[in-house]
Amino acid sequence: MSERPLLAFRRITKSFGAVRALRGVDLEVRAGEVHALLGENGAGKSTLIKVATGAHAPDSGVIELAGETLERLDPALARRRGIACIYQQPALFPELSVAENLALRLEPAAGWRRVAWAERHRVALALLARIGAEIDPGREVGTLSMPEQQLVEIASAIGAGARVVIMDEPTASLTRREQERLFGIVNALRREGVAVIYISHRLEEILALADRVTVLRDGQSVASRLRAEVDEATLIRLMVGRDVAQLYPPSESAPGAVRLALRGLCCRSAGGRPVSFEVRAGEVYGLAGLVGAGRTELARTLFGLTPADAGELWIDGERVTIGSPQAAIAHGIAYVPEDRRRHGVVLELPIEQNVSLAAWRRLFPLGWLRRDRERSEAREFVRALAIRTPDTETATANLSGGNQQKVALARWLATRPRVLLLDEPTQGVDVGAKSEIHRLVRRFAAEGMAVVLISSDLPEILGMSDRIGVMRGGELAAELPGGAGATQVMSAALGQPVEGTAA
Amino acid sequence: MNRWIREWSVVGVLALLLAYLAWRAPAFFQLQPLLSLLAREAPSLVVACGVAMVIIVRQIDISVGSQFSVCSVIAGLLAAAGWPLAAVVPVAVLIGGSLGLVNGLLVAWLGLPSIVVTLATLVALRQCLNLVRQGEFVNLPERIQWLGLSQSQGQWLLVGGAVGLVAVLAWGLRHLAAGRWLYAVGSDAEAARLAGIRPRAVTLGTFVLMGALTGIAAMMNVVQSPQVQPLTGSGLELKAIAAAVVGGVAISGGRGTVWGVLAGLLLLACISPAMVHLHIDAYWEKAIQGLIILAAVMVEGLRRRRNHAR
Repeated sequence: MSERPLLAFRRITKSFGAVRALRGVDLEVRAGEVHALLGENGAGKSTLIKVATGAHAPDSGVIELAGETLERLDPALARRRGIACIYQQPALFPELSVAENLALRLEPAAGWRRVAWAERHRVALALLARIGAEIDPGREVGTLSMPEQQLVEIASAIGAGARVVIMDEPTASLTRREQERLFGIVNALRREGVAVIYISHRLEEILALADRVTVLRDGQSVASRLRAEVDEATLIRLMVGRDVAQLYPPSESAPGAVRLALRGLCCRSAGGRPVSFEVRAGEVYGLAGLVGAGRTELARTLFGLTPADAGELWIDGERVTIGSPQAAIAHGIAYVPEDRRRHGVVLELPIEQNVSLAAWRRLFPLGWLRRDRERSEAREFVRALAIRTPDTETATANLSGGNQQKVALARWLATRPRVLLLDEPTQGVDVGAKSEIHRLVRRFAAEGMAVVLISSDLPEILGMSDRIGVMRGGELAAELPGGAGATQVMSAALGQPVEGTAA
Repeated sequence: MNRWIREWSVVGVLALLLAYLAWRAPAFFQLQPLLSLLAREAPSLVVACGVAMVIIVRQIDISVGSQFSVCSVIAGLLAAAGWPLAAVVPVAVLIGGSLGLVNGLLVAWLGLPSIVVTLATLVALRQCLNLVRQGEFVNLPERIQWLGLSQSQGQWLLVGGAVGLVAVLAWGLRHLAAGRWLYAVGSDAEAARLAGIRPRAVTLGTFVLMGALTGIAAMMNVVQSPQVQPLTGSGLELKAIAAAVVGGVAISGGRGTVWGVLAGLLLLACISPAMVHLHIDAYWEKAIQGLIILAAVMVEGLRRRRNHAR
């Protein structure tokens, strides 16, 4: 391991509109070292990778490769200079063979050159053999399993002479045996002098594999330590250690009777695991967990998108079966999905039509629309939720992110729900709109709704929840009281023992 | 006003054309030829409205021409066999609806792309008809023609009926919850599903309605001539899609009105007689229609680009 860094990031910043994704990141990676990058959701890991691979240009800061400053990095240049990235979802062409996929990356693009098929096959075979992968180069990539596709990605990185290999959550979808094999490959890369940037949420993996660990928090690098200097507790402390920057509205009401109860509920056919918890009227139940922990999947099952095929669901003491979104609405369940820009609202429709879309059964029981009623309902919500718009006929696409989210909320409030499922309700909205939405959520709870709040924003979960369920691997890993600390939630989400509170 | 700018722009172009004709060729405005023109176009209008709704839910139906032929021939045979008109019309609607149901099931439940499904039914229905009928004409009994009325009475009735149908569809699209679903599904099927709408049922229903409207249109055509040709209706799909696109229906779904389709169809239909009156070579007709369609698509493209730029 040499002392001079092979790849160095110095004071990298990057903003997307008002969101400051990176606020000064320093990272030094040496040849022949496995450097783990750690941080909670939204800490800036993905943005940093995209800067390293040239997909995003940093707003300021310097990237140095082997002591040389890289100006105007773009994906093609990054690849030429030997920076390769293995993504969670391999970016290969499924209809082409393994050899063709490798050739697309490795052979210089000379459009009219005759293809040397035998040579292609031989090169592919040699590369795959070098990482110990037994894959027929003639197979179509679409027929390979996910880990096999990952191996093809790694082979192409090595074949391209990568000096820096970035691995983003490489073990997320691997079995234990496949993980072991991947670790073997990572160790082989290290021996060959390649610098590996390894991103994972699995602490035990990082501690077993890494030579050095850098922790990102809120877009900044907070610490860079040698493996020998850290243990699990230190890492968790570094990840969450911060002040809650925002003030959250206090809980206004004492919780009432149990409104929503899950008893081993799950959709096995969609890969769900049984989950049990209860939410009372007037309560905000926070669902924490890492991305992929199964929180959205659970919400989709509750809303009948992937109907439950095991367990029981009770609403207000009555056992119900939710087989479709229509049934969910009829039982008073409302679901404000994540990814608002895509599916939370119909962007082309005017505000008023979005507001009435789910509640037409209540607003127009006879089946024909009463535009006067629709408009007055929409106006009421525009006023109550402080949606900033000239009128209710404006296309929803013309509103800001925060206001679009309020339209999505209004749509579901118009159904007069008893249970409100909120999936990342403040993702991508500005700070002002965020605290307004927080106040609204509190008010909905005070009006007697049972609110389930899914959020990857840890301070939001801690600040808003009366109780917190922490999910991990599709199951409820722990249930914590509202006053729980960030460390406890993070420990549970990472599968570590939770200090203080019984799970 | 801005929301309906596409519709008004078509009306504006149509008005300009008519004004120019009034100036250069006032002979264009004679009652009987115009009435005949409108009556001839009435079936196309009904089909175009159906196609417009299919496009609004972000699908396409290119089999309407073949559906139209099948409905026409069967209706003609029944009429020739002595069935009263009051019985033939519902049967034609039923047959059209079932043909639409087949398309709808393949598209909505099997999730096949509608362009491929309806291309298959376009060819299959046409070939079946050829095989069974061997190109034979159906001679219709006298009493069927013009619904048993005088020619001009019949024409008024057909034109009035078609416009009435457009009005009903326009009302439904605007004032029924089900009409709203078409736009929601066409804009974003997943968002509609998350709002508790059943996109597949909406798609299926639209295809069935499309077929039923084709059945009505076929009847409107059958009563205008003494025979049913087996080739009737070929090319109708292109005419209907063109009218919808010119009339402001977004080919990407989620946007459009049947009033716009009415204006679009009138504009395209006026080109040919207008050229006769302006002494322009008839060979230009298709070229001019093509240019109008191209212009409409370009305006649509500019609108989308502006929306995306925001």
